[in-house]
Amino acid sequence: MAEISLKNLTVDFAGFKAVDDVSLTVKDGEFVVYLGPSGCGKTTTLRCIAGLVNATSGDVLFDGKRVNELSASERNIAMVFQFVSLYPHLKIRENIVFPLKARGVPRAEIARKLDWVTDVFKLGDELDRYPSALPPGARQKVALARAVIRDPAVLLLDEPLSAIDEQFREEMRWELGHLQRQLGVTTIYVTHDQREAMSLADRIVLMNNSRIVQISEPDRIFFDPVDIFAGQFIGSPSMNLIDLVPVSGGLRLGDSDVTLTVDHHDLPEWALSSRKPLKLGVRPLNVHLVDGPQGGGSIPVDDVFSVGRERFFTFTVGDNVYQGVDKRTNRSGTEGRVSFDPAGLLFFDAATGRRVDGGAAE
Amino acid sequence: MTDHGHTARQAELKRRSSGRLMIFGFLSPTLAILLFMVAYPIFSLVYYSFFNFSALRQTTMKPVGLKNYEFLLTDPALWERFVFTGKFVFICVALQMLIGIFVGYQLQKNFRGRDIVFTLLMMPMMLSPVVVGFLWRYMLNSEWGIVNFLLSSVGLSKIDWLGQTTPALWAAAAADTWMWTPFIILLATAAFRGIPETIYEAAEVDGASPAYRFFRITLPMSAPVLFIALILRLIDSFKQYDLFFALTGGGPGSSTETVSFAVAKTAFSYFYTGEASALAVILLVIIIGLSMILVRHLQKMGEKY
Repeated sequence: MAEISLKNLTVDFAGFKAVDDVSLTVKDGEFVVYLGPSGCGKTTTLRCIAGLVNATSGDVLFDGKRVNELSASERNIAMVFQFVSLYPHLKIRENIVFPLKARGVPRAEIARKLDWVTDVFKLGDELDRYPSALPPGARQKVALARAVIRDPAVLLLDEPLSAIDEQFREEMRWELGHLQRQLGVTTIYVTHDQREAMSLADRIVLMNNSRIVQISEPDRIFFDPVDIFAGQFIGSPSMNLIDLVPVSGGLRLGDSDVTLTVDHHDLPEWALSSRKPLKLGVRPLNVHLVDGPQGGGSIPVDDVFSVGRERFFTFTVGDNVYQGVDKRTNRSGTEGRVSFDPAGLLFFDAATGRRVDGGAAE
Repeated sequence: MTDHGHTARQAELKRRSSGRLMIFGFLSPTLAILLFMVAYPIFSLVYYSFFNFSALRQTTMKPVGLKNYEFLLTDPALWERFVFTGKFVFICVALQMLIGIFVGYQLQKNFRGRDIVFTLLMMPMMLSPVVVGFLWRYMLNSEWGIVNFLLSSVGLSKIDWLGQTTPALWAAAAADTWMWTPFIILLATAAFRGIPETIYEAAEVDGASPAYRFFRITLPMSAPVLFIALILRLIDSFKQYDLFFALTGGGPGSSTETVSFAVAKTAFSYFYTGEASALAVILLVIIIGLSMILVRHLQKMGEKY
């Protein structure tokens, strides 16, 4: 186990910066998830840590020691790949012990470790089968067993669950989280699935356009995004983003006739005096359905759909349709209006996308 | 009711038989060609092998039972042909597999000019064996051949390549290897490139050295294809005839005649048609045996993957 540090890591693929000036320290035993849309550089960062891709500049440090020049086989890392990477010509047993045999570990120890890992992953019945005889989920389990059998300095996981059926994926996710805590191995996990990130991570590293956008705990990244991208990428349904137009006494919502004021909406004083154009971010969770007459300075509800006990509704501001979720009310029908939870109002600079209400202290 | 069932069954039979007729109709041209081109020659081959018979004198055809086989299998001269052919096959296949796998492994990597190198390497395979034979015969000519010229220019003595049995064997093996190694390179490169990149990455991450990766991943994963290449080369070099015909003419004496060469000589120089047929049957059995290994292997491959 080890502490992994990246210092100003940059990877340049013939003019395209796949990773741009990324710095981060993953603590010993920590579970860090790289999250971001495809092509954001998260997998390249992981492969750089693995030694499968060379850094153009910057350093990769394992426990403070620079490992840039070491090949993947010299770094004592373990990795689980997105697509199946088991050796098809070897039985499951041989697949699992491959890293030990490749390193010339004595037989007795191989047998002992195999017993242990077979027990942990409940693979007893599969040992003498070939990978092609196993369903994708079980194959990834074998890949994971092969990864942890030799106490790696760091466990690298590249979208390990994305090729697995929905149902089995959930189960594997919990098992993986449990296993990581049990082993205490430093783990770096790459995914584009925010639910995986939220449920597994000690810390989430959100990436976009080859750069780190935000590093924080799962809860904080949800309630305290640093910019519009972070706010909209995390959370489902996605955060509503509404233009704010300064008018006398408040800020008008887009083209509507609704104006947010300090008195009625807890609008912060500074927002009124802001010179920059602003956008309002409000999560569907922070939009509530309330009784009341429609029209005249309030936003009417368009439609309400019930999904189980939750109520999803839509409302229109100007030309744009937005979403809200309410878990509390029992009211039905489309009569009513929308109110924003003052605590859930996030303000962004319309030009740069940065958060401007001072919430996220990054 | 029974009557009804009866007619239904009759209709079913009729439909089925007309279907069969249709199938037979479609197949018959191919079947006719196959019978004429394959079955008839094989049948007559086996038939002639039981006779003392020469194609030059068609009137005197004496049945001799298994005498032809008895004569051939107890003839020490023929065993020498088998031993020589065996040596030739072993040297050729070993050289071609080793060089082919090595070059193929280098060629699976991407580098500038790979395609050009690859195309150039494939050229010898496109030539006719007789052309290759003459080409090498000129190069190996003891008086004015380029090989001896090069040898003497570095101070070595000239070698009579094609006038002695052992040098001639190696010369033929070299020519065959020159011609057919590209075939192994072709298949080996294809097999190596068929292994997914992630498998190699996984092996590298797992701490396997390049040599370990080659012997534990690359070779076993491409073994099915390499095995097919091996069997094809075995069969092909076993029945090698035209290369020797052009290169050594079987000489000196008849010391570089392969079994196939002996068949051709018996059949078309001496016109011992019956004896030649018997020898061809023996050769056929051996080659069918080798092919069976290939076919069984292909079936097993189909089951496993």
